[in-house]
Amino acid sequence: MNCTVAKETLLDIYTRMVTIRKFEEKAGAIFAQGQLNGFLHLYVGEEAVGAGVCAALNDDDYIVSTHRGHGHLIAKGGDVNKIMAELYGKVTGYCKGKGGSMHVADFSKGMLGACGIVGGGIPIAVGAALSSKLQGTRQVAVTFFGDGASNEGSFHESINFAAVQKLPVIFLVENNGYGEFTPQCRAMCIEDIADRAKGYGIPGVIVDGMDAVAVYTTVAQWVEKLRNGEGPVLIEAKTHRKSGHSEGEVAFLDGQPYRLPEEEKIAKETDCIDNLRQYLLANTDATQADLDAIDQAAAKKIEDAVEFAKNSPFPTAEDLFTDTWV
Amino acid sequence: MKKYYIRAIQEALFEEMERDNSVFLMGEDVRIGCFAATRGLCAKYGEQRVIDTPISELAVAGAAVGAAVTGSRPIVDLMFGQFLMLAYDQVSSQANAMRYMFGGQTKVPLVYLVQNGTGPCVGPHHSNSVHPLFMNIPLVKVVMPSCPADAKGLLKSAIRDDNPVVFFNHTSIGGMKGEVPDEEYLIPLGKGDIKKEGKDITLCAVGIMVNHCLKAAAQLEKEGISAEVVDLRTLKPWDKELVLESVKKTGRFLAVDESYKTCGAGAEWVATVAEEAFSDLKCPASRLSGEEIPIPFSPVLQQLAVPNKDTIAAKVREMVKK
Repeated sequence: MNCTVAKETLLDIYTRMVTIRKFEEKAGAIFAQGQLNGFLHLYVGEEAVGAGVCAALNDDDYIVSTHRGHGHLIAKGGDVNKIMAELYGKVTGYCKGKGGSMHVADFSKGMLGACGIVGGGIPIAVGAALSSKLQGTRQVAVTFFGDGASNEGSFHESINFAAVQKLPVIFLVENNGYGEFTPQCRAMCIEDIADRAKGYGIPGVIVDGMDAVAVYTTVAQWVEKLRNGEGPVLIEAKTHRKSGHSEGEVAFLDGQPYRLPEEEKIAKETDCIDNLRQYLLANTDATQADLDAIDQAAAKKIEDAVEFAKNSPFPTAEDLFTDTWV
Repeated sequence: MKKYYIRAIQEALFEEMERDNSVFLMGEDVRIGCFAATRGLCAKYGEQRVIDTPISELAVAGAAVGAAVTGSRPIVDLMFGQFLMLAYDQVSSQANAMRYMFGGQTKVPLVYLVQNGTGPCVGPHHSNSVHPLFMNIPLVKVVMPSCPADAKGLLKSAIRDDNPVVFFNHTSIGGMKGEVPDEEYLIPLGKGDIKKEGKDITLCAVGIMVNHCLKAAAQLEKEGISAEVVDLRTLKPWDKELVLESVKKTGRFLAVDESYKTCGAGAEWVATVAEEAFSDLKCPASRLSGEEIPIPFSPVLQQLAVPNKDTIAAKVREMVKK
């Protein structure tokens, strides 16, 4: 069998994906129990994208995330304790409880924040790439966003600006087929968002977002090119969300269906983690037991994260006015 | 030495770019320098640090945020305040919030440079006063100078400030001439200045309206009315203490601002005086504001839409008589 990616890298990607899956499933469960406030957008089903992309980056490369951002942060090396604590609104969370699910960030890992405004993070990644160019650091910036965000002005303005400036930024669209509850076909007249790259004179690439190996190898190639000044690029990862747009949506939508039946079938029947597992078993000497051990360790890590979050204190009134003016 | 206001702005940009390599400038036509302030910077500091951008206010304002949180100090010239409205999301959800909502992990040192207010009759889309919309954003500093010396000292401070700053130059002020110190100096943000002392009434303003107030005060002086003119210089955070001190002395307060009366800058000042200095007042605190219409084009109509020295003087006479 042919395997161009090192086993260690594949296991690293697998570990990131499983950690995300366990985290998100747990977050969904405790949300359903009423333990969490606010909105909760899970990354279940899309793990191959975040993990594949971030495995191709250095620690000091930048990513900018979306409202569905836990997975991106975990993929970039984030601390699940601090993410979970943030979901609980605790002072030990990444943002000391001031951001919540939609605003997790870890600047020490180059994760410049999840973002509650659709498309709001895209220009921020362009700015990070601008810093990289100005400072000559060869760092790359990746902005994750969804198919819905590709209809925002911020996407079109940012990609054009980055193209003109030849900035080292990857516009990584995670096309899960829905902008909130609206299917892509009702929000745009094209099937491939990568086609939009042509309008800005940059390459547009499509990758199977259910295939972590394909995501990793594609992004790794482009990261190399971008470090040598050949940016930017638009990469479209075709993916499926197993969770809904937002947890609890069945209740607030009064159970109205919105998924396209054929798409929903694919989302249910395919699983990016299973895909990578099969790939590892077929192409490396990793065993079922090795992979099960990774699954169990990830599950334990998330159980510990919940304990950490639950046992952490809430912020106090004094915290209301910290982190304001510099 | 006497210099034009626009020249003072230009000097601040040159000096700060010289002083700090992480400072860079981007915006629409900054290389050619539409309004002269940014002219010559590209020749000296190169295309890397003086970047002409597409006309994409949202992306440029947002890119400034991204650059600011990754170790650069961007200055963004978006020409007009109303153009900055196209980028309002990046100012009101990102630039202002990133430090706080990420629990202090970062800081956002950037300056949005725009002009604002009625100018040489450029009609409804280039003449509005949008500064109150930025005063209403938490954790953004808002500045509007009234003279060349203040403009230079305030802009240098804004560039060195580690918080996001929206820096408004009044549209009609670029050609104003005034004394500018030759030696290097800074004017702190958040500190107002008494531009003329007086004892009968406090006039509070920013930008070009300070000059209208000074002209009105000169006329009133001849009539035996002594008006004190407070130039806030920074709209947010603003020098409340200076205003309250002045009102304690004069017992009367008139806010003068081009922005609309509803939730305008004057509304904030008058409300604060009413809240905190009511017992010092000899007559109700009042305000002159822009009329609640888009700014009309015709010079005849435009001058009726915003306060001027005559409407200020008339209002003061009315208040002092009471």
